[in-house]
Amino acid sequence: MSATDSTITPLPEADKLTKKALTADHPTWCPGCGDFAVLAAFYKMLERRQLPHENIVTLAGIGCSSRFPYFVNTHGGHFIHGRAVPLASGVSLSRPDLHVFLFGGDGDAFSIGGNHLEHGSRKNINLTYVIMDNFVYGLTKKQTSPTSPLGFRSKTDPTGAIDQPVNPIKKLLAAGASFIARTHSTQVNHMIQMMERAMSHNGFSVVECLSECVEFFPGAFDSGNPRKGGDFILIEEKKWDGTPEDELRHDITDEIAAYKLANLPFPGMFGVFYESDRPSKNALEKKWIDATRAKLNEPSDLELLQQTFDRMK
Amino acid sequence: MERADLRPHHIRDSVIRIAGNSQDGIQSAGALLARLAGRSAQDVMTYMTIPSTISGGPSIFQVRIGTGEVLSTGDEADFLVAFYQHSYRDHIGFLKQGGVLLYDSDNVQPDSDDKRFVHVGIPITGLTVEALGGTAKDKGKNVFILGLLAKIFDLDVEKLKGLIQEKFRGKDESIVNTALIAFQAGYAYPVGNVLTNLYRFEKSPDAGGSPQVTMDGNQALAYGLIAGGVRYGAAYPITPWSTIMEILRSELPKYGGLFVQCEDELGAVSMALGFSYAGHLAITGSSGPGISLKTEAIGWATMAEIPLIIVNVQRGGPSTGLPTNVEQSDLYQAVFGGHGDSPRVVLAPSTVENCFYIAIEAARIARKYSTPVFILSDASLATRIQAFDEPDLKNLMVQSKPDLTPRAADFKPYPLDRITSHAPPGTHMLGGVYPTVTGLEHDEMGHPTGSPALHSAMTAKRRSKLQQLAGEIPVPEVYGDPDGNVLVVGWGSTYGSIHEAVKVAQQCGESLSALHLWHLNPLPNGLEKIFERFKHVIVAELNDQGLYGYGQLATLLRARYCNPKIRSLTKTDGLTFRVKEILEGVLK
Repeated sequence: MSATDSTITPLPEADKLTKKALTADHPTWCPGCGDFAVLAAFYKMLERRQLPHENIVTLAGIGCSSRFPYFVNTHGGHFIHGRAVPLASGVSLSRPDLHVFLFGGDGDAFSIGGNHLEHGSRKNINLTYVIMDNFVYGLTKKQTSPTSPLGFRSKTDPTGAIDQPVNPIKKLLAAGASFIARTHSTQVNHMIQMMERAMSHNGFSVVECLSECVEFFPGAFDSGNPRKGGDFILIEEKKWDGTPEDELRHDITDEIAAYKLANLPFPGMFGVFYESDRPSKNALEKKWIDATRAKLNEPSDLELLQQTFDRMK
Repeated sequence: MERADLRPHHIRDSVIRIAGNSQDGIQSAGALLARLAGRSAQDVMTYMTIPSTISGGPSIFQVRIGTGEVLSTGDEADFLVAFYQHSYRDHIGFLKQGGVLLYDSDNVQPDSDDKRFVHVGIPITGLTVEALGGTAKDKGKNVFILGLLAKIFDLDVEKLKGLIQEKFRGKDESIVNTALIAFQAGYAYPVGNVLTNLYRFEKSPDAGGSPQVTMDGNQALAYGLIAGGVRYGAAYPITPWSTIMEILRSELPKYGGLFVQCEDELGAVSMALGFSYAGHLAITGSSGPGISLKTEAIGWATMAEIPLIIVNVQRGGPSTGLPTNVEQSDLYQAVFGGHGDSPRVVLAPSTVENCFYIAIEAARIARKYSTPVFILSDASLATRIQAFDEPDLKNLMVQSKPDLTPRAADFKPYPLDRITSHAPPGTHMLGGVYPTVTGLEHDEMGHPTGSPALHSAMTAKRRSKLQQLAGEIPVPEVYGDPDGNVLVVGWGSTYGSIHEAVKVAQQCGESLSALHLWHLNPLPNGLEKIFERFKHVIVAELNDQGLYGYGQLATLLRARYCNPKIRSLTKTDGLTFRVKEILEGVLK
C-alpha cells in the first residue's frame, strides 16, 4: 500500500483529528511571518483528511520554516541543514503505512540541499515537500538566498545580489518531480487545495509556497497578493471537455507547457504546473522485493542465510 | 616423460604468491584455491593487491594454505608464480631461499645464475593458447595455473572442477568448458620433469568437525549485518567499501528489506538515518573520505540518539590517498571526528570470521544504546579470504521489526534517568503527545532548549550510556603468557600477524604476549591491570607515529591510563605488518 492510497480508517470520536490535537509548541516565528498561514493550512488539511494520527510524520531540515515539526503534534523530526529529503526518503521507503510530510525553506531546498532535491525528484520518492520560499535567509538574519532576486540587498550582497536566482519550478521540472505546484501564503484556501492534491499524489510531490519574511524581505510577494494590489493569477487546468476555451487551458501532463508557465515574469502563476503518474521508487522497489521473494518461495530469514552459507562451504 | 615415481612430500603450510596483471584473473584463480582449502577443512588466508588504476597494472594474489591455524598471509613465499618480467622483478625478493619460482617462459627471463631458488620455466601463455585455440588469446592462464598447482600440491581435482563450475554457473556453457580445458591442460603438464618434489598437505586434524565456510571480509561483514537483523541501508560507492553495498543491494530485498544507492555520502547517511528513525536499524558505510562527508549527520545521530551502524573500510589517507592499500589511520576520525561532544561507539574486526560477529555486536549495541556505532574494517580484511567454522545461524539470527506498541502517557523520548528508546512513527501515543526527534539540544520531551543545566545534563546522558556500555564489554584475554616482558597491543586486521609473532617469539624463548582490542571506544574496563603485568606495552598499528611519537590507539591508551610504559610501533607503507617487522619492532 502506498502512503497516499488513503484508505482512511474511521477513528473513534475521541481520537478525531482536530486542530487542538494537532497543535504543539507555540510557533517561534516573528509576528506577521507568512509561515503561520502555512501551518494553519496544514492543520486544516489534516483535519479535512482525518488520517490516523500516529501515521502522520512531519520532518524538516534547518531554517525558520524548518521549525515546523515542533509546532505540529505528530511524529516528527528536525534534521540537519539540506538533508531532510533523504531522511524523509528513508522513512517513506521503509514505512508504506506512513504519510510523510516535509517542510523547509529555499536554502534547504535549492542551495545546501539542491542535490538531494534533484535526486529525490528523479527517484520519485513518495512524499510531500512544502518549500516555504521567502527569497532570503531569515534565521541567520538576512543573507542572500538562492531565490533572492537580482539586485536584492542583503548583508552578503550589500550592493545587491548579482547571481541569477534559481527558478524553483524549472529546477523541479528538469529534475523529474512528478507533482509540482505553486501557491502563496496569503491564499489559505489555495494552499490547502495544493497541499491536499500534493498529498494525494503518488510520488515526489512539491509545493512551492511563497511565504513572506516580514523582517528581512517585507513586501517581497505583494505583487502576487490582491490585497496589496497584486495579481494572484491561477493556472486554469484543462478539463478535457472539448470546448474551444479548453484549448487555451494548461495540460498539467505537458512538461514543455509547464516550462513556459514557469518562465513568466514574477509573480507568475499559481496552481498545479505539472503532474505525472510515473511509478514511484516505493512502488518499483516493492515490485522488485515481491518478485524476488516470490521466486525464492517466501523463505524465512534463517533459511535464506543458511542457503547462502551452504554455498560458501 | 613424467616421473611416475615422484612421491608427494608432506607439508603443513605453504605460501603461494601469484603475480601478474590485474586483468589476468589471478584473483579468481587464487580465490578458487582458497575456497578449495576451506572446503577441505584446511586453514587458509589470502592477500591481494589491486592497482587503483582503471584497468590493468601489476597485481598479486597470495594464498597461504595450512594444516592448523593460519594467522597471517606469510612473510615469504614458498612458491612464486610470475607471469611477466615485472612480476618476477618485483616479487622474487619475496620468495624464500630454496623456494620455487614458476615462471611463464614465454614472458619471463629469470637470472639463471641465481641459485637461491628452484627455477621452473613453463610456456604458460603458449600452452594456454594452444589448449584453448586461437580466439581465446591468453585468457585462461589463470585457470591453467590452477591446474598446474592442483598437480603440484596434489589437490582434490574433482572438488576444484566443481568449484570452477560453480564459479561460472549461469554463464555460457562454452565458458565453463573453456575453463575446464585450460584447467586440464595445466594439470596434465608434465611438471614432474622439472620439479623434484610434489607436495601434499597433511590432513587437518579437525577434518570432519563443523563445516567451514570460505569468504572475504566484506562478505562476512555484510552477512553479519543480516544475521544481526539489519534490513535497511544506504550508501555511495567507494573502494574498498563498495562490495558490501553491492551484496546488501542484492541480498536485502530477499529478506523484504532494501538498500539504496544514494546521490552522495550525505544523502546516504541521511537516508540510513531515515530508516533508523522509522524503526529499522540501518547501515551506511564508506571508506575514509566518504566518512568525512557523513560526519555532520552522524553528529545528529548522537544528538537525536538514533541508532545507526557506520562501516568504514579504511584505506590509506588522507584525501584520496591510497585507495587500494591498507591503513589503520581513521581511528581518530571514528572516535573524535565530529563537532561538539559526540561520543561514539567504535568497534574493529580482527579477522574475516570476526567481521561476521562484530557486525552482530554492532547491531546489538546500536539498538540497546540507541546510538551510532562505527565498525572499522580495512582494505586488507575487505578482500582477504579466510575459511572459518560455520556460524550457528539458528542461535545468532536476530529478528527485528519496528516496535509500534502504543506508548503510555508518561513516555519521554529523552528521559534523563534512562537510556533513550524511541517510539518510531506509526506508534500510537496514548497520552496524545507525539515525539519530535531533534538535533537541537532538547529537554526530556524533545523540545528545543538553550538551558545551561539541560545541556549539561543531556551531554552527560549521551556520555554516560557509553560508560555503561564499557562496563558490559568483556575484558579481552592475553594471548601467550599472562605476564612477562613485552605485551603487544593490537586492533583490527593486524591480529593474525601479531599473534603469529607471539608464537614465533615463544618458540625462540622470548617473552612476548599479545592483547587484541575489539572495542576501541569505549575501551573495556580493567586494561590497566593487564598492563601492570608487563614490563613493556607496545601498541602495534598501521598509522603514523604522529607529532608526539605515538600512533592513534597508543595515544588513546596513554590518555586513558597515563602510563608511560605504553609505547608505539607504527608504519605507513600501505602494507600490513609482516611477522618479522613486529618481532624486530617490539623485541629490539
